[in-house]
Amino acid sequence: MFLPGFTFKKNSIIPGFGLTMGFTMFYLSFLVLIPLSTIFINTAGLSLHELWGILTAPRLIASYKLTFGTSLAAAAVNAVFGFIIAWVLVRYSFPGKRIIDGLVDLPFALPTAVAGITLTTLYAPNGLLGKFLALFGIKAAYAPLGIVIALTFIGLPFVVRMVQPVLASLDKEIEEAAASLGANRWQTFSKVIFPEVVPALLTGFSLAFARALGEYGSVVFISGNMPMRTEITPLLIMSKLEQYDYGGASAVACALLIVSFLLLLVVNVIQWWHQRRYA
Amino acid sequence: MNIFKGIIQSLRTYRVAAIFGIVMLLAFSLAGCGKKEPAANGKKADGPVTLLNVSYDPTREFYKDINDAFAKEWQAKKGQSLTIQASHGGSGAQARSVREGLEADVVTLALGYDIDALVEAGLVNKGWEQKLANNSTPYTSSIVFLVRKGNPKNIKDWDDLIRSDVSVITPNPKTSGGARWNHLAAWGYALKKNGNDENQAKDFLAKLYKNVPVLDTGARGATNTFVERGLGDVLIAWENEALMAVNELGKDKFDIVAPSISILAEPPVAIVDKVADKKGTREIAQAYLEFLYTEQGQEIAAKHFYRPRSEAIAQKYASTFPKLELFTIADLGGWGAVQKKHFSDGGIFDQIYTPSGKQ
Amino acid sequence: MGKKEISIQENLSTERPLVRWLLIGAALLFLLVMLVIPLAAVFIKAFEDGVSLYLAAVTEPAARAAINLTLLTLLIALPCNTIFGLAAAWAITKYEFKGKNILITLLDLPFAISPVIAGVVFVFLFGRPGLGPWLDDMGFKIVYAIPGIVLATIFVTFPFMARELIPLMQAQGTVEEEAALILGASGFKTFWYITLPNIKWGVLYGAILTSARAIGEFGAVSVVSGHVRGLTNTVPLHVEILYNEYHFSAAFAVASLLTLLAVITLLVKSFVEGKRQNDKIQI
Repeated sequence: MFLPGFTFKKNSIIPGFGLTMGFTMFYLSFLVLIPLSTIFINTAGLSLHELWGILTAPRLIASYKLTFGTSLAAAAVNAVFGFIIAWVLVRYSFPGKRIIDGLVDLPFALPTAVAGITLTTLYAPNGLLGKFLALFGIKAAYAPLGIVIALTFIGLPFVVRMVQPVLASLDKEIEEAAASLGANRWQTFSKVIFPEVVPALLTGFSLAFARALGEYGSVVFISGNMPMRTEITPLLIMSKLEQYDYGGASAVACALLIVSFLLLLVVNVIQWWHQRRYA
Repeated sequence: MNIFKGIIQSLRTYRVAAIFGIVMLLAFSLAGCGKKEPAANGKKADGPVTLLNVSYDPTREFYKDINDAFAKEWQAKKGQSLTIQASHGGSGAQARSVREGLEADVVTLALGYDIDALVEAGLVNKGWEQKLANNSTPYTSSIVFLVRKGNPKNIKDWDDLIRSDVSVITPNPKTSGGARWNHLAAWGYALKKNGNDENQAKDFLAKLYKNVPVLDTGARGATNTFVERGLGDVLIAWENEALMAVNELGKDKFDIVAPSISILAEPPVAIVDKVADKKGTREIAQAYLEFLYTEQGQEIAAKHFYRPRSEAIAQKYASTFPKLELFTIADLGGWGAVQKKHFSDGGIFDQIYTPSGKQ
Repeated sequence: MGKKEISIQENLSTERPLVRWLLIGAALLFLLVMLVIPLAAVFIKAFEDGVSLYLAAVTEPAARAAINLTLLTLLIALPCNTIFGLAAAWAITKYEFKGKNILITLLDLPFAISPVIAGVVFVFLFGRPGLGPWLDDMGFKIVYAIPGIVLATIFVTFPFMARELIPLMQAQGTVEEEAALILGASGFKTFWYITLPNIKWGVLYGAILTSARAIGEFGAVSVVSGHVRGLTNTVPLHVEILYNEYHFSAAFAVASLLTLLAVITLLVKSFVEGKRQNDKIQI
């Protein structure tokens, strides 16, 4: 077993490693790493004691729970339904399929504030869907459920678009082989198809999750922003900035950043392992 | 042969790209006609001048009128064409933009605290309050209640807001300047009622916030929650916002209730000295701010439901504004002290919401 | 292709009709509630006051300036990120090297960063607390001007292209390229004739996603823009202003315009792609 990321193959005959890698690193540094380093520099001005105090304030802890909980829920919903949507779009034909296929990316194109306002209009107690939910005593807008809805909306394309091409490129002959060897459909799916799709599904899930962690524009409209109850972490960063507390805002931003980085890293490593196993 | 095949292939590749491109081009030509519009930039000497006024949210309509009137006057007086650009947003966020590099010639914000932040950054000179009359606040406002038509919950004063059957809409004071005025108006009332007992006043605020189902990030967001979503029985709002909401969104839907006592909200204006000196716009910036104090400026303010400083104009518009007993921010110790005590991390607003009572 | 052939294939490698329709139903219901109804609400609101007011709202000078700025931003951000995406995907999928996982994770990072923070970092870097005064002396203006808006947009749309291409190029492996190279093709030729045709749909997807996100970005741009009407307002910022001025249907009209553009592009893509796939099958 190799340790992830510690193999170096120099003898690839494909040219352009220096060029593409160099450009990638340059672009990445200039646009992402250097700008991001400023929040670390800002945080570095704080003593460890101060830092700990800021990061463990009860309101922040409540907001971590809410942000992570709702993001996870939204990403899970997206993973399940995103997979079904991708499956249906690739495998079956039905009227309106291409229109649906074209519409899936739209949550990206709608300004997040517009998405937030629209979803709030729909899910508020006097809104079209809110009224319906109220019949069952469910409160959507201005409650954690509303946040999950907004985050599901903005993360919807990730899973579909990650899984879809992989499903489309699967070789049908393998399935047919499995079937002719006596596997039933469920076995074929769970033993043959699903493992092939797992890396893409995982990527889609982690991207939707990570995107949800940082989302601000759409959530502030629908969440109600009640301290300790429906206040998301990015909102607390904003309110710290509002008080010119750059250090505090940077500290929370840093914490959020490190957590998401680690999460994404774990997912990428899992995926890498998976590829080794199935390659 | 191979190359020929390749060209065919790449043409096929480009077919979709071309369609995409055409759609984009269409969009461009649709929008393209407006190209020359925003080109005016105050670079040429003696040519047209631009002035940037960075302001807060509810003043959009007001400054649109002021800018037109002042530009006309300047043109008539000096023969120089003047474009006034306006930027609006939350007061705190706007002050931060200026602090971090937005080149505003003048700022017209919601609270003195935000201009103090610019003094701290060395952009505005100390003593800006004394540069213009009335502590550099050419117009004032107050905090009132907006209720649903006919006042079904019979809300008359601050005490009614802590009744258990009343739902109150106010924005989050951490992110909204207007909400800080709301918070302080309630605080001032509670202090007066309880003989300056701060613990009881804190209790009062805690009960009030308990009735708040949604804390929007800005004043306009709160108005929309109250008006569009139909949430809450009462909206605590700027007087000018409440009056505008009634006039714009339906006289038959809302009533304004004036509480027994409220705060005199004083939105300040100031020249951003460092920027004005660098751009050489001090003279015009000064004239712009002074224009706010003229008869014409004061009348425009009154028309947009700001309380004018000028006695004469105030008389003329007396029927617009309810009579209110008002205290000032100075009575509470000034913005520096108030901000720290109420809205900083671990301040009174945080204490109300955190179970331990501490931060 | 005969009908018989299909039915044999179906028996072997597809689900029973009941399962199939249940899945289709679940997918459609989810999309209806999560996607179609909200989008319909945007358009209904946009046309609430009639078509003439819709046209007035989207052709007013401030709206046109906002649309121009958004398209200009897109026109810069899209090629930059496309080239980057191709380079990054090439480097990552065609070679093995140390720290690849970390590199991929760094590529994903802009997704995970709150858009607000994405804006703030550029302010910290290029604003008064950072390089601002020095840039000022040089006569450059980055934040609170168009370059800042472009940078923030590039930042938030940065991973889309690379993310779209990496799995695709990984799945395709390096065999075809290696064969071409052994047969004597140059590196660029290999890329142009072998790799690019294989990934063209991925590139297109990536471009569409990048454009969509660039058009819609609000949080990050809001922080670096300065909100000067007619000058540094992008479409989403203009929408927010209209909304805050209680011009609700005008706000939604402007918002729907670019969404409409995105819908058309996406549908065209979807149909052209579908047709091409059919062609392929027939051949």
